Amino acid sequence: MAPTRRGPAPRLIFGDLWPFDPAPETADPKLADRYQLFIGGRYVRPRSGQYFDSINPATERRLASIPRAGAADVNAAYAAATAAFRRWSVLPGRERGKYLFRIARLLQDRAREFAVAETLDGGKPIKESRDFDVPMAAAHFFYHAGWADKLEYAAPGRTLRPLGVVGQVIPWNFPLLMLAWKLAPALALGNCVVLKPAETTSITALKFAGILEDAGLPPGVVNLVTGAGETGAWVMGHPAAAKVAFTGSTEVGKAIMRQLAGTDRRMTMELGGKAANIVFDDAPLDQAVEGIVNGIFFNQGHVCCAGSRLLVQEGVAARVIAKLKNRMRMLRVGDPLDKNTDLGAINSAAQLATIRRLVAAGEREGAELWQPEGRLPAQGYFFPPTLLTGVTQSHRVAREEIFGPVLSVLTFRTVDEAIEKANNTAYGLSAGVWTDKGSRILRLSTELKAGVVWANTFNRFDPSSPFGGYKESGFGREGGRQGLLDYAARA
Amino acid sequence: MPRLPITKTPKVYVGGAFIRSESARTFPVRDAAGHFHSNIPQCSRKDLRNAVEAAAKAGPGWARRTPYNRAQILYRLAEMIEARRTELGDALVTFGARAADAAEGLGVAIDRLIHYAGWADKYEQLLGSVNPVASPHFNFTVTEPMGVVGVIAPDSPPVLGLLSMIAPVIASGNTVVALASETMPYPAILLGEMLAVSDLPGGVVNLLTGFRRELVPTFATHAHLRAIYAAANPEERRVLRTGAAAGVKRVHFVDGGRGAWLEDSAQGLEPIRDFVELKTTWHPIGS
Amino acid sequence: MPPPSAAARHARFRDEVGAVDQVGIEERVAKYTTRSIKKASKVWGLKLAVGMTDLTTLEGKDTPGKVDSLCRKALSPHGAPDLPPVAAVCVYPAMVRRAKQRVGGTPVKVASVATAFPSGQTHLRTRLAEVRGAVADGADEIDMVINRGAFLAGEFSRVQDEIAAVVEACGPAALKVILEVSDLETYDSIRAASFLAMEVLRPGDFIKTSTGKTALNATLGNNQVMLEAIRDFYLDTGVAIGMKPAGGIKTAKQALHFLVAVKETLGDAWLTNKRYRFGASSLLNDLLRQLEKERTGAYQAPYAFSDAAESY
Repeated sequence: MAPTRRGPAPRLIFGDLWPFDPAPETADPKLADRYQLFIGGRYVRPRSGQYFDSINPATERRLASIPRAGAADVNAAYAAATAAFRRWSVLPGRERGKYLFRIARLLQDRAREFAVAETLDGGKPIKESRDFDVPMAAAHFFYHAGWADKLEYAAPGRTLRPLGVVGQVIPWNFPLLMLAWKLAPALALGNCVVLKPAETTSITALKFAGILEDAGLPPGVVNLVTGAGETGAWVMGHPAAAKVAFTGSTEVGKAIMRQLAGTDRRMTMELGGKAANIVFDDAPLDQAVEGIVNGIFFNQGHVCCAGSRLLVQEGVAARVIAKLKNRMRMLRVGDPLDKNTDLGAINSAAQLATIRRLVAAGEREGAELWQPEGRLPAQGYFFPPTLLTGVTQSHRVAREEIFGPVLSVLTFRTVDEAIEKANNTAYGLSAGVWTDKGSRILRLSTELKAGVVWANTFNRFDPSSPFGGYKESGFGREGGRQGLLDYAARA
Repeated sequence: MPRLPITKTPKVYVGGAFIRSESARTFPVRDAAGHFHSNIPQCSRKDLRNAVEAAAKAGPGWARRTPYNRAQILYRLAEMIEARRTELGDALVTFGARAADAAEGLGVAIDRLIHYAGWADKYEQLLGSVNPVASPHFNFTVTEPMGVVGVIAPDSPPVLGLLSMIAPVIASGNTVVALASETMPYPAILLGEMLAVSDLPGGVVNLLTGFRRELVPTFATHAHLRAIYAAANPEERRVLRTGAAAGVKRVHFVDGGRGAWLEDSAQGLEPIRDFVELKTTWHPIGS
Repeated sequence: MPPPSAAARHARFRDEVGAVDQVGIEERVAKYTTRSIKKASKVWGLKLAVGMTDLTTLEGKDTPGKVDSLCRKALSPHGAPDLPPVAAVCVYPAMVRRAKQRVGGTPVKVASVATAFPSGQTHLRTRLAEVRGAVADGADEIDMVINRGAFLAGEFSRVQDEIAAVVEACGPAALKVILEVSDLETYDSIRAASFLAMEVLRPGDFIKTSTGKTALNATLGNNQVMLEAIRDFYLDTGVAIGMKPAGGIKTAKQALHFLVAVKETLGDAWLTNKRYRFGASSLLNDLLRQLEKERTGAYQAPYAFSDAAESY
């Protein structure tokens, strides 16, 4: 049998024997120095004449000037959308679909350019914008294009008709992808749109206006207004909006719901999360570790459905944590434009401060912090991948959304306890289950209060797979046949 | 003196390559004015046999592609045909179609390809299901392609009919051996060229030209064809149904004159459903 | 209490070893292919791979002449002074003496396949005699095949006992145990077979993916399964076993991906030919070709390198 070990505990050496040279992506993002609003198919200056800078969070340097849309601009956008709706809504579905197919193909043509722009503006690694964000955005348009002429099949007994003009506000964590998630179904159903990108990441949306032009999309069908929270409030509150869709923090989602409480405005909300990633003792452990890493370090943890709580069965906790640490040592933090970077920059100074604050709180409350050795870049907003062990449900770091590369580790003994702990949260967006036993997967899937359950995988998305949360993670679904219904008029 | 043009030698698209009939036979086609145009391969039973082999070989790979990938390939096929729309239209007119009819038919055909491209990653949500059984089991039904499907296209409309029948069958992962129009086969020769540049793997669609009386009986009895989709007259239907009985083939026929092919009712979910199997799986739910 | 039945021991062994999720591990290894290795780090990796090559000829039509030219290439892959020789030449038992005449006394080792390679389907006594004979002829390393039939029939003890017997027959020669991944088929089985072998191996021995004689050889997926097994075994026992993917690695680009897998799974201590080898033949020339491209800045033609097959 296996020889028994003598001497000091064996350790693996993850050192500098074979360092990688810098491998920067060199494709040109074709940025403008100053962008304009896109209203009624034209590029227009904001009425106020005000612009603000968008900076590169990896270098803290200015990238471009972004227009600040005021109330008058938002009005103009809704007017343009309303005017365009008359023709767009009665275009045969087959024709509407063709515009969306064109958009998908044009985005695929310019994929690399958009990936670099996304990385510069938001801080995520080029590997991710190139391999995930941009292709997935194109796929969303391609998928929804095909629904435009099949709406009579989507809901038995109903003919789906558009709502009218919809107002949409999207976050900074997947700027172009969130734009695709919002625009594609809305347009497929025949709606027109006023969309506000996030303040810190407006560039790819404004570049996207060029794609809409090249596709020949009729003017006014999509209108892009940029700005900060104020602009978002005007977009959400505008009387001409038949429906609003918001993706962002739970806190702001609640504020919008309060703002609209006196109206009949339809809304969908895709808010925050504090997902449990549950590892049982019979799980394939190395793949579970990979799933844990994907779950919390993908996109620096700026993911609403991030697996930010690891719930690991006590019997394998020590092994899993040891493997996790070894795996984390291999994560490269640095220049987002370097093709070998795994963790890029934190999106903004504000977010970095939030992460630091919550991690410090975690340590004060008694959690044990571990980070792999390594230097962070001197410039820019960076945070290392972080493990907090010895966490319980009562710790703040187990309850509050950190939205950063920080994993809180808790343990459990039985299946029932895992379910209890996983559900012990106001959120309910997603969950992960790692086990070799099929019936257990199905039981967990049945009992976890989460809109998306990933079994033996994590952070998998598809345009055909409905996504959305329970409880304070929001309501409504995006993707699939189910997601269409949120953009159609009732009866 | 005007330059002498190079005439094309028609070959059929089988197994991703362009071939003559293994029998080396051809039959001449004349244009609407009665002039000799070209010699079309007169495909034999052995050609049909070889095409089925090619389709079977291409089948597993095609079925394993993601629905999104199949959708993109169908879309690209539409792109390729759109780009050569004038050439196809001219070919139809050469052989007697009215220009306006040709243009309309091609427009519908290309849009129909787009329609089915859009189905590839959606039909599963409508044809499959999770079933609410009365026991602690997760019970789900999924679709699966049937395998190699034999398609017998109408003589008219030659392009619209052929594409309308092939597209729903391959969208779900089946592969096809198709017999093109007997009276107007030349457009199928051109279509083969467009299939070849559409990223469609070789063998997924195989186009044969020739005589129905020779080939329909073999379509009927070839056991490796799991289904038949045919535009056929009553006698041919009888032959096909009789042959199908021997191997329990699934058989579906299309009706309708030219006008019917142009309608939206000639496309949709049904033609997809006709060529998929349904598989239901049970698994306990428990700790 | 009666001892547990063979079936019970079998089940317990599989449980202890653990399962592997196929889709999950393939997603993990796909990330290795997105690593961008450039400039100095690329040259370093390519040279390391040259030094890790077990230059192989295993054909029915091998002759002394063929072995001679293989050995010459092994000692001096491209005549460049800063290039290491390969790790070993790998030949059939009948060719061991000839190879030893050519490379004996140099850093290049002589590895011999044995144990009725590639099928393994002869009596144990025949297989052991073959091993002893090759070692007596001068083989420094033996590449054996495990008994896949016994493994798939669940006779794990027998599989392990046979490996142990071969270890003994090797004497001072290092042993590489070929699992033949195409016969084992699943990642779960490959992991289990890895542990079965490692439990009776010595530091300096290897586990190996394949004979190269079937359609499915080394892939990043099965390489990863075995690297993880080696890692888990090492952390548990302190015994460091080496790894050799064989067959299917034809390009320098692939070899670099495999090395990234080693770097990120086992770390620096395995980035050496004492613990990692490539079983390959045409790979060597692609490594040399890429090294020459890095040196000159120009892409190279294949026929400029000795023993290249391509003439076009």
